[in-house]
Amino acid sequence: MPLIKNKQIVADTWQYVGDEAAIPADGGVIVSLARWQAERSVLVGRNAPLGIRLKSDESAEAIADDLPRFDVVALEFPTFKDGRPYSTVRLLRERHHYTGELRAVGDILRDQLQFMRRCGFDAFEFADETAAEKAISAFDEIEAVYQTAADWRRSAAMIRTDTANAFLNGTCG
Amino acid sequence: MYLYDTIDQSLVDQRVEQFRGQVRRRMAGELSEDEFKPLRLMNGLYLQLHAYMLRVAIPYGTLSSHQMRKLAHIAQRYDKGYGHFTTRQNLQFNWPKLEETPDILAELADVQMHALQTSGNCIRNVTADQYAGAAADEVADPRITAEVVRQWSTLHPEFSFLPRKFKIAVTGSSRDRAAVRVHDIGLVVKRDEAGAIGYQVIVGGGLGRTPMIGATVRDFLPKRHLLSYLEAILRVYNQAGRRDNMYKARIKILVHALGAEEFIRRVEAEWEAIRDSAVDLPAGEHDRIATFFAPPRFEALPNNDGEFARYRLEDREFAQWARTNVAPHKQLGYAIANISLKPEGGIPGDATTEQMNAIAAIAERFSFGEIRVTHEQNLVLPHVRQADLYGVWQTLKSHDLATPNLGLISDIIACPGMDYCSLANARSIPLAQDISKRFADLRRQHDIGELKVKISGCINACGHHHVGHIGLLGVDRKGEEYYQITLGGSADENTNLGKIVGPAVPYDKVGSAIETITNTYIGLRADGESFLDTYRRVGNDPFKETLYAAH
Ligand code: SF4
Repeated sequence: MPLIKNKQIVADTWQYVGDEAAIPADGGVIVSLARWQAERSVLVGRNAPLGIRLKSDESAEAIADDLPRFDVVALEFPTFKDGRPYSTVRLLRERHHYTGELRAVGDILRDQLQFMRRCGFDAFEFADETAAEKAISAFDEIEAVYQTAADWRRSAAMIRTDTANAFLNGTCG
Repeated sequence: MYLYDTIDQSLVDQRVEQFRGQVRRRMAGELSEDEFKPLRLMNGLYLQLHAYMLRVAIPYGTLSSHQMRKLAHIAQRYDKGYGHFTTRQNLQFNWPKLEETPDILAELADVQMHALQTSGNCIRNVTADQYAGAAADEVADPRITAEVVRQWSTLHPEFSFLPRKFKIAVTGSSRDRAAVRVHDIGLVVKRDEAGAIGYQVIVGGGLGRTPMIGATVRDFLPKRHLLSYLEAILRVYNQAGRRDNMYKARIKILVHALGAEEFIRRVEAEWEAIRDSAVDLPAGEHDRIATFFAPPRFEALPNNDGEFARYRLEDREFAQWARTNVAPHKQLGYAIANISLKPEGGIPGDATTEQMNAIAAIAERFSFGEIRVTHEQNLVLPHVRQADLYGVWQTLKSHDLATPNLGLISDIIACPGMDYCSLANARSIPLAQDISKRFADLRRQHDIGELKVKISGCINACGHHHVGHIGLLGVDRKGEEYYQITLGGSADENTNLGKIVGPAVPYDKVGSAIETITNTYIGLRADGESFLDTYRRVGNDPFKETLYAAH
């Protein structure tokens, strides 16, 4: 499926492997939490890139200790209305300091991308190429933000406080 | 009042353009109605029974004259010449055209307004005490906190797809006019012994099908921790709130299911991990926001202005209005003047373009250009010199805005009901109009005294019937409109949920039922007792007897 990373459509080199399917000998695979928990040693011994996919009711804590083993963590939106992955992804990035790919999968719509990126997602899987292309412009529609989040953008309050300090310290115009 | 800087302004401007793009995609057929729905809802645009409805945010109910004029203009140009003030201190336009909504939003952005988060499962427009900055009983100004919360909640990336809508209310007074105990989060701004500002944090109140009074999770949260604490509450809710059943998805159900103790434990654990992080406001920012709410330049005046007293003696009609619609101000020589949007037989909360313009002009001249919207669907001129009250009243009167019925039986809250709302079981507005006509005699209303009637057209309780002294809830009985009557509710600092008094009554019997209830009260009341006092003393039984004996 088309994937957006860094505001570009890129080829997806990963394969999802269902819980019943055989695991291919090489190439990166993404497995479910259930399969990871059941076949951990096989998967670790495989010596190829590994990713995990969490359902929206599966928590960051469930994989927190294993994070160094995963090159990608995919979080599933069964519907765009299910907002749980927004919390999960922030916890993975901010609390558990995960630095690998955090991928949004499932019901991914253009108009949610700005929120997803702010919360720490850096890869977005789309159902088709056209939708993905049209979605790219969505990232830059609104510049100002009021909150600090996992994209480390500076909030309105931070910008204001810095400007005020620069002014007081005489470093501003 | 808070004024946007370039950052605030750029956000609403870009949001308008974003929405313009979404409407364009919808009109071009690139988006189906199903795909468009969540997008328009993020901008307060609903599809109602007959047309689109646009709900404009009036953050914590504060408006300037300038903004009121813009609302008047929008009503004239894009709607049918009126707007409807709601129980959430917002304004609804009932007849906008889809293709014109981006222009309406652009007009709003011109006066630092928007329709963000007036719908959808997000943190809704924050509400506050309508007497903020004016009330004699105020401890601290709730608007500062409300503005902090407004900014933090605007386009919050993590909390825009919550299990259900989320409402936050703030009061800074010991008399609760913001109904903080029936909100998802209620904040009471208070001071500790050293005079430092902090919050009592109340979580899990709400009306709807399962009305509940909120639990206090913190008695005193120091001011600087506010946003990290709110973020902790919302994160616990976002992860653990139910998403399988929309009727069980509000935070009150989570608090109830976990028990307050376990809920608090989870919030505190989450908070420990994020307290003292960048989530909270930098120190200077709170102060920057606070400067916008410094008191206006009041004159040094004596209290009990002589002219005010004289007119009250000379003009009985004015005296009546002053008694119900004027409240004490913290500044000597000033008063708070309430504008009733409940004229006899009128639609509660409606104001015409002409009335909105008139109010803008009066506020400009007599109230430092400030207007407030109340959750009881009235308006307020917060800072009027006592000496000006008579003139203000006369002008209001000439625009049919001086009905002296604040807090009386005809000051009814009614949801849109069957006239507009697709979820309704029954009409609310015509019932409110009927009751208001039936009790049109002001002497009788004043004799009955304080009595809050609240009407909801269905169990969703937008008319807050659970907290009405008399609550009316529309139910469907085999296709007929019936109303369940509850008594004894209140949304103040002693919040109570009303009790059902007996079987529901049909539409055409409601008026006489209300008369029976008021007559029963008059028969039972002790000296100086309000309806609620008497009810609390005698309970449901005497009312039940008189109500159902007759039928
Ligand atoms: S209470 Fe029911 S009928 Fe009234 S506005 Fe709300 S949803 Fe509609």
